[in-house]
Amino acid sequence: MQHFLTTESLSKDQLTAILDTAESFTNVDGRTVKKVPLLRGKTIVNLFFEASTRTRTTFELAAKRLSADVLNININASATVKGETLLDTLRNLEAMHVDMFIIRHQDSGAAEFLSQHISPHISVINAGDGRHAHPTQAMLDVFTIRKIKKSFENLKVAIVGDLLHSRVARSQIHALRTLGTKEIRVIAPRTLLPSRIENLGVKAFHKIEEGLNDIDVIIMLRLQKERMQGALLPSEHEYFQLFGLTQERLSLAAKDAIVMHPGPINRGVEISSEVADGSQSVILEQVSYSIAVRMAIMSMLAGNQP
Amino acid sequence: MRIEINNAHLVDPSNEIDQVTNIYIHNKKIASIGEPPPDWQADKTINADKCFVFPGLIDIATRLREPGYEYKATIASETYAAVSAGITSVVCLPDSNPIINTPAEVELIQQRSQSTGHCHVYVIGALTHDLKGTMLSEMAALKEAGVVGVTNALYPVSNNLVFRRAMEYASSQDLTLFFHPMDHDLAANGCIHEGMSATRMGLAGIPSAAETAAVGSCLALIEQTGVHVHFCRISTQRSIQMLERAKFDGAPVSADICAHQVFLSDREIKHFDGNYHVIPPLRSRVDVAGLRQKLSSDIIHAICSDHQPHEPDAKLAPFPSTEPGISALETLLPLAMKLVEEEVASLSEIISLLTSKPAKLLNINAGSLAPGCPADLCIYNPAIEWTLTSESINSRGKNTPFTGSNFKGKVTHTLVNGKVAYQD
Repeated sequence: MQHFLTTESLSKDQLTAILDTAESFTNVDGRTVKKVPLLRGKTIVNLFFEASTRTRTTFELAAKRLSADVLNININASATVKGETLLDTLRNLEAMHVDMFIIRHQDSGAAEFLSQHISPHISVINAGDGRHAHPTQAMLDVFTIRKIKKSFENLKVAIVGDLLHSRVARSQIHALRTLGTKEIRVIAPRTLLPSRIENLGVKAFHKIEEGLNDIDVIIMLRLQKERMQGALLPSEHEYFQLFGLTQERLSLAAKDAIVMHPGPINRGVEISSEVADGSQSVILEQVSYSIAVRMAIMSMLAGNQP
Repeated sequence: MRIEINNAHLVDPSNEIDQVTNIYIHNKKIASIGEPPPDWQADKTINADKCFVFPGLIDIATRLREPGYEYKATIASETYAAVSAGITSVVCLPDSNPIINTPAEVELIQQRSQSTGHCHVYVIGALTHDLKGTMLSEMAALKEAGVVGVTNALYPVSNNLVFRRAMEYASSQDLTLFFHPMDHDLAANGCIHEGMSATRMGLAGIPSAAETAAVGSCLALIEQTGVHVHFCRISTQRSIQMLERAKFDGAPVSADICAHQVFLSDREIKHFDGNYHVIPPLRSRVDVAGLRQKLSSDIIHAICSDHQPHEPDAKLAPFPSTEPGISALETLLPLAMKLVEEEVASLSEIISLLTSKPAKLLNINAGSLAPGCPADLCIYNPAIEWTLTSESINSRGKNTPFTGSNFKGKVTHTLVNGKVAYQD
């Protein structure tokens, strides 16, 4: 692997290798190792064209624990110098002898575009491109699932919420499928499901009560407030009434079901506080594993560099 | 100048000619076919042994980019690209800068074409002022200046009342309305066909209904007004079925298809390659097959290029941020001939869709090689094998998904008004 752009094209062996490497960065108590010198002398740039706290900080922490030098660049799309293209920005940074770019951009395909135009010795990690992919998030999610559920063969996983706009969901679906997950369901009103999503290998449900039946893993997606504007939904209130994860609905799932969320959560919109903070929630575990998983991906890409 | 073309396999559907013969050209016109005119002495003889001769092709949708976007292309560069591909008449759309609202802009293009152009250039004027969709353009003045039709191109008309009035007013001026069916609300900010590829790649989709809803609503207005409307760049199978049905019921409708829509579907879009970004978008494989099937339908009056040359930067961005369009003049005939090879339609049908039928649609004196007609023609050697490369493209725009494609058959000569405008 030179770049890490999507989970779609990766084989089961590649995905498993990432998970195993991530495992090696966690101690017996599940905590991430403090510092290793694997990327000493390397320069990593966090290039974020969209706001992010969690993803950017965990990438930064992961890079620092690998002993790399980290540069954070936040480019507010509206503040971009007029006329300077994405490629210009990249070329300028490239001239500073960067070894790895971690990029988040509002356009689907942005990370792949950069990987096609970058010097051959530089790696690109996709930290979210438009609605297309957010592969490191998906990897930390499957890492969390494997930690708790051990294997994927007998698992039923449900992804609930705004799949239309979700890069996280697309990456999760590809990774879960390749890892052999028994059944993947998506649950949302039709306005929030992309057309022909069944072709990705999932079953679509429009009623959460039907979709959650006997499920082992529930992944809730964040609902962006602006979705009310485009006539996709009437109100947050009705969304919570129909799709919000409550303790009552959670009881429809398997007894030992876990609840996940890529964050940041909207309490009372897609999930009740009771569930988010409850015993079946692994939302904070996801965050703590994210550093080990991102360390694994960065070190594997760097190991491939000359 | 007297030119003689010998042993040519002439395919001229408008005159039902499909035979090996000699062509005699004098004083910008076809002097005779078969036997030489009396006292004939050629100044130049071209041996077209084992080659086809077609009437010069007519492309009804060519962005020349001049005036206003000369950093993309110019009348000089694109008309040369046209003749290098056997095209002797191009039709430009009003979405230049300035927009073609008045005779002044029409004359500007006509003058630039006279002084720097390599082929005939026709103009379609704006249907509404500045293409803003609210006020009518001065269509009578545009007609007087020589436009061959009016269109709002890819810009929305604000509502159906304005559209109805524009239809009726254009009809009163005997101007053909070229309508690009697109419901802009449904298309929203889409950049790809709403289907499997859009879902997989996380790109905002343009549903088929963005086209069919616009076709349906326009058909209702045609039924109300009786105005002839030409539907441009049909991309869905369903639209063609709707138009055929309407025609069967007596509606005065016609349509065209651009060449890449019968070769590429959304499934071909790989690695977010912006060269596949076109509007209307590349549709499903079912649509591609459906359009192919309907090419010979009498609803279809032209195959066109929908040529949109761009500077390299326009495509150097992530897919949704690239400018849509393909530089397509030089693949028009090669792709059309592939349709013959793949037995989608006969040679004569395909050539008529590139010559006599668009000529009739535009009501221009072109597309026929009968004695007395303008000597616009191309000589095509079906045996030459070649590969499309950025270097081989004469257009200023190198933006095409067909780079690297292999073709068999190539234009060797193009004559415009009896003069050799291009020779390979």
